[in-house]
Amino acid sequence: MNAPRTMLSKIWDAHVVAQEPGCPSILYVDLHLIHEVTSPQAFARLRERGLDVRQPAKTVATMDHSVPTDGQGLGSIEAKAAAQLQRLEDNCRDFGIRLHAIGSPTQGIVHVIAPELGLTQPGMTIVCGDSHTSTHGAFGALAFGIGTSEVEHVLATQCLLQAKPDSYEVRIEGGLPQGVTAKDIILGLIAEIGVDGGEGHVFEYTGSTIRALDMEARMTICNMSIEAGARAGMIAPDDTTFEYLAGREHAPKAEGWERALDAWRRLPSDERAGHDRSITLNASRLKPMITYGTNPGMAFPVTEAIPDPGEIRDPVQRAALAKALGYMGLQPGQRLLGQKIDVVFIGSCTNGRISDLRLAAGLMRGRKVAPGVRVLVVPGSQLVMRQAEVEGLDRIFRDAGAEWRQPGCSMCIAMNGDQLRPGQYAVSTSNRNFEGRQGKGGRTFLASPLTAAAAAVTGEITDVRRMLN
Amino acid sequence: MKAFRTFTSRLVLLPIDDVDTDQIIPARYLTTLEREGLGEYLFADWRYAPDGSPNPEFVLNRPEAEGAGIFVAGGNFGCGSSREHAVWALMDWGVRAVVATSFADIFHRNALKNGLLPVELEAGVHAELIRAALEDPRAELTIDLPTQTIILPGGHKGDFPIEPFDKRCLLEGIDPLGYLLSFSAEISAYEKRHERP
Repeated sequence: MNAPRTMLSKIWDAHVVAQEPGCPSILYVDLHLIHEVTSPQAFARLRERGLDVRQPAKTVATMDHSVPTDGQGLGSIEAKAAAQLQRLEDNCRDFGIRLHAIGSPTQGIVHVIAPELGLTQPGMTIVCGDSHTSTHGAFGALAFGIGTSEVEHVLATQCLLQAKPDSYEVRIEGGLPQGVTAKDIILGLIAEIGVDGGEGHVFEYTGSTIRALDMEARMTICNMSIEAGARAGMIAPDDTTFEYLAGREHAPKAEGWERALDAWRRLPSDERAGHDRSITLNASRLKPMITYGTNPGMAFPVTEAIPDPGEIRDPVQRAALAKALGYMGLQPGQRLLGQKIDVVFIGSCTNGRISDLRLAAGLMRGRKVAPGVRVLVVPGSQLVMRQAEVEGLDRIFRDAGAEWRQPGCSMCIAMNGDQLRPGQYAVSTSNRNFEGRQGKGGRTFLASPLTAAAAAVTGEITDVRRMLN
Repeated sequence: MKAFRTFTSRLVLLPIDDVDTDQIIPARYLTTLEREGLGEYLFADWRYAPDGSPNPEFVLNRPEAEGAGIFVAGGNFGCGSSREHAVWALMDWGVRAVVATSFADIFHRNALKNGLLPVELEAGVHAELIRAALEDPRAELTIDLPTQTIILPGGHKGDFPIEPFDKRCLLEGIDPLGYLLSFSAEISAYEKRHERP
């Protein structure tokens, strides 16, 4: 192939098994990740049809969405959730799929464990019945979420029917100011282009700001690509990627490693390859961001005032903002700084990795959680938890009066008992602030680990830059 | 999967943008092992007051919603979580087609896999449909998949796009897994070519 190609095209072309005229492509899946919530019906149909899992060795499972984080194991769990976890265990045993079950030293949130185990690699196609599968794109993989029917397709054939998406270059230049993190970059992008701005496209994040980020920060950005409506988000692999992967459990070794490096170095988009759309953001102008509404696009710098629905001409948008502010109990013109909060949640597949915990701990060291505020710190995996404990981060959180929990999706999706009560305000490092997401009637402010940690110690929405020297 | 050909029905009108799948079906209902029976949880937190009684203001609880089979939303319908349970809940309640100005990608694919027809309308036609439905809550819409047209209350026509492959699957009521399985030999050949030495 001589024509210049984007990374998306290179990976796409390399994975098309077949394509008939007028039909979607049949795309091969290198890695299929599964968890307890979106797989049971897929396995049930497989069994009904008398089919087998085609590639158990390319399928990896974990328990994450419903698992308790209180260290009580499965004893305290609600009956239906327990049945669902048991079903995952039965399915993995019967079909020979490796399961990182609760109790395993490698269990955790699916999008945290695959990268840390070296399962996620550049150039791969990776799917999972979970929309935040876009996380793995940080490694230069084509990774996206699928529904349960598609989970069944992949189990049976290791392939998916897919139409090729368009490419959207998101170029980010400039140095990140102090107190501003990868989470603020992605919240800034979604605020700029909207929750459907990326529809039909795969983002490729480029630019000096991206190159300067470590892998965990890149994962935070790719993770929330879905919140801008994109199919996936990708970052070209480079030495940062290769250094992260070297030596990990499932990374190639010896001559395999050298061969892999050689292939991975050829993945980045060719210089003259065109994208279908593009945007450039200046990171040096970013401030700590926070959401104020009921979708991730309703966000702004933490210093700003709530917008006024009365100033919006389009009646549908005006009604949407009014509804969101009504749900959140916020007034037009109100400054969010100083807004009292009840709960802080630090965790999730967006910001539950060791670097996120270090950021939060760095701010909370020697400080106390504000009176009346409940703070949950939920490491993204057993490996992250143990690393944090080696570094003494757990002691910092506990000494401050925060709860140091076991790994799981926890309060991001509130399926395991970790949830807000109606009306409670939370600052959360997760990825969705939809109505009721973190508990029926719960009110979510999405933010970075730094902004969340600041709110934990002040008890109110705070500009973390004022707390940094 | 039930085939879809031509369908005439009254409408359930929710003309707002960015309706996310957490609203369509809250996460606490995702611990099910089945696809069936989720209709009672459809839009649970908008449909029921905190004490569990039906919220009379919400469209699903209005008398004209009874037996309506076409859901009309705004733009970016079904955004957020990939939960296919959103499609199952809509269908279990009785919805056979969703009309919107745009759909979130994963929801769109999930809908097609279950025989729930996503009807994407151009803004002008969509606005006309909303107006007609607001004027007469018992108004009916006809959707004709073979011609990819809709007939609005009042008789105006509109059209909607659909990929030929998806259209064939819906018209014939077939699950594309059969199509994928028919490529077994090609998949094996691909795997052989890409085997690590």
